Amino acid sequence: MSFSAIVIQFLNGLAGTSSLFLVAAGLSLIFGVSRIVNFAHGSFYMVGIYLAYSLIEYFGRGSALGFWGAILLAGLGVGLIGIVVELVLLRRIYQAPELFQLLATFGLVLVIKDVALWIWGAEELFGPRAPGLRGGIEIMGRTLPEYDAILIVIGPVILGLLWLLLTRTRWGTLVRAATQDREMVGALGVNQAWLFTSVFALGAFLAGLGGALQIPREPANLLLDVTVIGDAFVVVVVGGMGSIPGAFLAAFIISQIKAFCIGIGTVEVFGASFAMSKFTLVAEFVVMAIVLVVRPWGLLGRPQAMPRHAGAAEERISLASRPLSMAAFAVLAILIVLPATADTYTLVLLVDIFVFALFAASLHLMMGPGGMVSFGHAAYFGLGAYGAGLLLLKAGLPMELALALSPLVGALGALIFGWFVVRLSGVYLAMLTLAFAQITWASVYQWDEFTGGSNGIVGVWPAEWLTSKTVFYFMTLLLCGASLWLIRRIIHAPFGYTLRAGRDSPLRADSIGIDLRRHQWIAFTIVGAFAGLAGGIFAFSKGSISPEGLAIPRSVDGLVMVLLGGVQTLTGPVVGAAVFTWLQDEVARQTEYWRALLGLTIIGLVLAFPQGIVGFVKARLPARLGGGL
Amino acid sequence: MNDRKLALGLVAILAGGLATGAHAQDTIKIGELNSYKVFPAFLEPYKKGWELALEEANKAGGVLGRKIEIVSRDDNGNPGDAVRVAEELLNREKVAFLIGTFPSHVGLAVSDFAKQNKVLFIAAEPLTDKIVWQNGNRYTFRLRTSTFMQTAMLVPDAVKLKKKRWAVVYPNYEYGQSATAAFKELMKKQQPDIEFVTEQAPPLGKIEAGAVVQAIADAKPDAIFSSLFGPDLQKFVREGNTRGLFRNVAVFNLLAGEPEYLDPLRDEAPEGWYVTGYPWDQIKTPEHAKFVAAYQAKFKDYPRLGSVVGYAVVQSAVAAMKKAGSLDQEKLVEAMKGLSHETPFGNITYRALDHQSTMGAYVGRIAVKNGKGTMVDWYFADGAKFLPSDEEVRKMRPAN
Amino acid sequence: MSVLKVQDLAKSFGGVRAVQGVSFTVEAGELLALIGPNGAGKTTCFNMLNGQLRPDQGEVELGGESIRGLAPREIWRKGVGRTFQITATFASMTVIENVQMALVSHDRRTLGLFARTAGLYRKEALSLLDLVGMADQSERPCGVLAYGDLKRVELAVALANGPRLLLMDEPTAGMAPQERIALMALTAEIVRARNIAVLFTEHDMDVVFAHADRIIVLNRGELIAEGAPEAVRANARVQQVYLGSGGHH
Repeated sequence: MSFSAIVIQFLNGLAGTSSLFLVAAGLSLIFGVSRIVNFAHGSFYMVGIYLAYSLIEYFGRGSALGFWGAILLAGLGVGLIGIVVELVLLRRIYQAPELFQLLATFGLVLVIKDVALWIWGAEELFGPRAPGLRGGIEIMGRTLPEYDAILIVIGPVILGLLWLLLTRTRWGTLVRAATQDREMVGALGVNQAWLFTSVFALGAFLAGLGGALQIPREPANLLLDVTVIGDAFVVVVVGGMGSIPGAFLAAFIISQIKAFCIGIGTVEVFGASFAMSKFTLVAEFVVMAIVLVVRPWGLLGRPQAMPRHAGAAEERISLASRPLSMAAFAVLAILIVLPATADTYTLVLLVDIFVFALFAASLHLMMGPGGMVSFGHAAYFGLGAYGAGLLLLKAGLPMELALALSPLVGALGALIFGWFVVRLSGVYLAMLTLAFAQITWASVYQWDEFTGGSNGIVGVWPAEWLTSKTVFYFMTLLLCGASLWLIRRIIHAPFGYTLRAGRDSPLRADSIGIDLRRHQWIAFTIVGAFAGLAGGIFAFSKGSISPEGLAIPRSVDGLVMVLLGGVQTLTGPVVGAAVFTWLQDEVARQTEYWRALLGLTIIGLVLAFPQGIVGFVKARLPARLGGGL
Repeated sequence: MNDRKLALGLVAILAGGLATGAHAQDTIKIGELNSYKVFPAFLEPYKKGWELALEEANKAGGVLGRKIEIVSRDDNGNPGDAVRVAEELLNREKVAFLIGTFPSHVGLAVSDFAKQNKVLFIAAEPLTDKIVWQNGNRYTFRLRTSTFMQTAMLVPDAVKLKKKRWAVVYPNYEYGQSATAAFKELMKKQQPDIEFVTEQAPPLGKIEAGAVVQAIADAKPDAIFSSLFGPDLQKFVREGNTRGLFRNVAVFNLLAGEPEYLDPLRDEAPEGWYVTGYPWDQIKTPEHAKFVAAYQAKFKDYPRLGSVVGYAVVQSAVAAMKKAGSLDQEKLVEAMKGLSHETPFGNITYRALDHQSTMGAYVGRIAVKNGKGTMVDWYFADGAKFLPSDEEVRKMRPAN
Repeated sequence: MSVLKVQDLAKSFGGVRAVQGVSFTVEAGELLALIGPNGAGKTTCFNMLNGQLRPDQGEVELGGESIRGLAPREIWRKGVGRTFQITATFASMTVIENVQMALVSHDRRTLGLFARTAGLYRKEALSLLDLVGMADQSERPCGVLAYGDLKRVELAVALANGPRLLLMDEPTAGMAPQERIALMALTAEIVRARNIAVLFTEHDMDVVFAHADRIIVLNRGELIAEGAPEAVRANARVQQVYLGSGGHH
């Protein structure tokens, strides 16, 4: 790269920094103050672009006032949406267990996407260039778009304004205090509800503004929400939760790395050429993994005050009551005789449900008793699935053996990643699992010769004797049923108690001789094995495996299932998996706008059952009956 | 409590959905699956296309004396869901066979599912070469002009220009990789001194357009081969225009002439680019004129390429049933081999050799007229002429 | 031989000497109180003994064996039980399960994947709870207990590994005066019967003078007095420190 090329790529990186910072800043505020994992933040950004597009068309493409007015109005409009969402939806579920709000925002993402499709249509809408800023600036014989130069300025300006807001106003002091310690704000006699609403509104405004400002650079399209949300979370965590300067620094580092990977172009390594731009697929997640391993609270973040109680009090667990055991046996009996009457597709759907029940239960073992939330659980599911597929096709193992080894593949991945993961806690731990999952995903996605790249692997069919759907159904019922039983045993066994001990009070656990990290690491590995088995069965039930098997949406599905059923109970994830899988199948057939219907259903369930479905049932059963749920 | 009622109400609606299923027994059901919600820009016109063809087929009396019904499902853009949906179509809806799919990995998974279940599958849209070659199987046929074919269609013009220094840019997944590999191979054969000076592979949907344009400019290419599409293409075009990348550089871009990708660019459509596409308003063949007239009458909208694909895949399905005279899978497969029928793009034939249809594409250059992008100097490239030799195909395709 | 022998212990934080040159011993069956005004270095000193802080200098011996620099969980394995200023129990478990957990850990069975924890060491756990007067509440969740009862549960947990030494950080903090006396009386009775050495810090001088066999006084990181309660009470420097710092306990 010549010197002038370096200068220009640096400026490109700065423009990218501003873009990334604007999306992340709002998320960081919301995340920091209310601990809401706001999946809908990317949707706010997307709505910002669409609104700006419509407003510019309305004011006329040529007018500068119209252009900038539209951008500001779009931001304000999204801020207003944020207020409505906070007041109507989130406010009702702040008392729910930690992370439960994630489920509501997940439903919101689905709804917003379909609403945007309904309003703006399927085709991409590319806004105009900014009036008066259509050209480029000559710099050392190269051209930088004038609008990029403006963006380079806007980012730091907004950083400055936010900094003033946070350090020079009473509101800002409260926000910073709440970021450090939520309960302190309540103790100061501050109206917490008002604080949360205003922070959520500001965050949504920033997301909308960030989207609107991209209008000359990015066409409005329906994939923006998912494209943006991952990046935004990475920036927030790398920078340190709630730290606005940290978000800026993280955005700067990530944007520059990407700009220079692209600028370097093709490199020769040992005679093979590699396009460095391919690294941009996963650059931010590699940065996040490194930062979290070295600095567990992000670049400019500070250790969080330990939440003294996370949402509702931790639930006790107890052995199943007699009526409950009988109910479980009755369900099992029905499942055993079902193939005699049900049609083939019911069996296919039930196989999916069993597989996801196991997947969700393994995540629950980690989240519930283990107290470690994973945002990247799909990694182990996917590793199991790919492991099974590759052992069958590349190693030529018999199908039965390939399936039997799939838990080991999942466990091996968890063993390696887990060593790093258990050194963190809370959201940072969750984000490190996400980083590892994304790195695994990117490797699988790009390693064409071995994993089939983006196409994945086909031809992963079960052995001859298992091709009958009924036989495969029984095999799945047996494997998943036995695994669920085992997970239940583990939770009631000393190991499960030890995990809960560490979750309830790390201090006390340490002082009764428990090496918590070691137990968490083992738990992580066990959980990886169960997820791997689920993945292995999944691969053989579908005949193929693709990178989606370990991508973010699969991890999110797992979280949704656990939360929907109820994270505090053992049967919660199983019920959640069944309800979610069935809903998805059923809703998709009802309407063209099935995503919105699914989203609304989830929001409805969230509002009706803020403890999860099973949690709701349990709270209404006599303790004698509900104890073992 | 109101919320609870809301939730219960929703559940009730859903449960009500279970009670459907009273379909007429005398229709022939065709199972259709596609990623409607993931790629709506292409697939909404596609859906209109097959709805039109279905209506016409039934107006003409259906096939085998029965009306046709298409049972359509969303596959969510991933192979796992696609296979589940295919199971539902086969086992619960009892469809005669399967058509559809858009992304390559979904197409491949459903293709393998078809092979496993010995059921006919006409892949409408997936571009991947593997679906008919490396992963080809007895039960899968593919309608659309493949990555290799479309790339090969651009090569003659590229060779004519005698440009030495080439840059390539492609979305980092199988389609972009195969297009690039095919382009390099075909060009090297005809122009051995060709030099590829840089290669940019941005993630699909996440191009850092400014940096990519700058990096390509720094490599000082004489020409660029791109397989970008959708938002990535639009961002690339705008940054390239602003930064002057396309001045004095010839650009070849797969698919960029398709209305789906050309129209959002409006007056910024990059003039002079060599593209494959669909100049729908300029094609005057009777079969196409008839199609456009019917389409516009029904939908009050102009057709996109997806409309043609959706329309033609149903034509293929109908023709196959007619020729087979039965719904027996083996007879249908045999009928598909060498099946010829009319489409808006003229006659196509499903080659017995590799089950690829000879559907062609329009090759031309982009121009801006009346503030909109359009294609000029275009010609129709017959798909049959842009396939590797039979010998090469046999080598790639496994014996069934 | 002394159960705990501390020699020339020192710790600094960024140039500030929190503890310097502290030496003392604790004998079996003896209750030793560590007192001093706020900021005297009691907590630092305590945390160097229980493994949460690594001393800059000095030696800590348990029954003649060095435990300097060991992790808290390793020190526990050597026979040291602990209670905390703010109780630390497992809120999602019942009273008896808290004690069972400690017993399971003591027998190194925490990796067990199949046994039902509820059935393990029930008798032992019940007898420990009986000892601290909590047997009748054994099935109640810890999350709902009164604070004084939680302190008793902690004591039972601390006794689960049959310790040689108990380290009790402010054992009566946050309790009503009546409860304080009762808890310390109970503690004293148990440790004397079992010949356990106890080192405790305490703010409440009534508790200290009622139950400590011996007292050591820390001020500005240094040991300024050591001896029987009466001697310490009469010590001029101690009086000066407490009166001078405004303390009047």
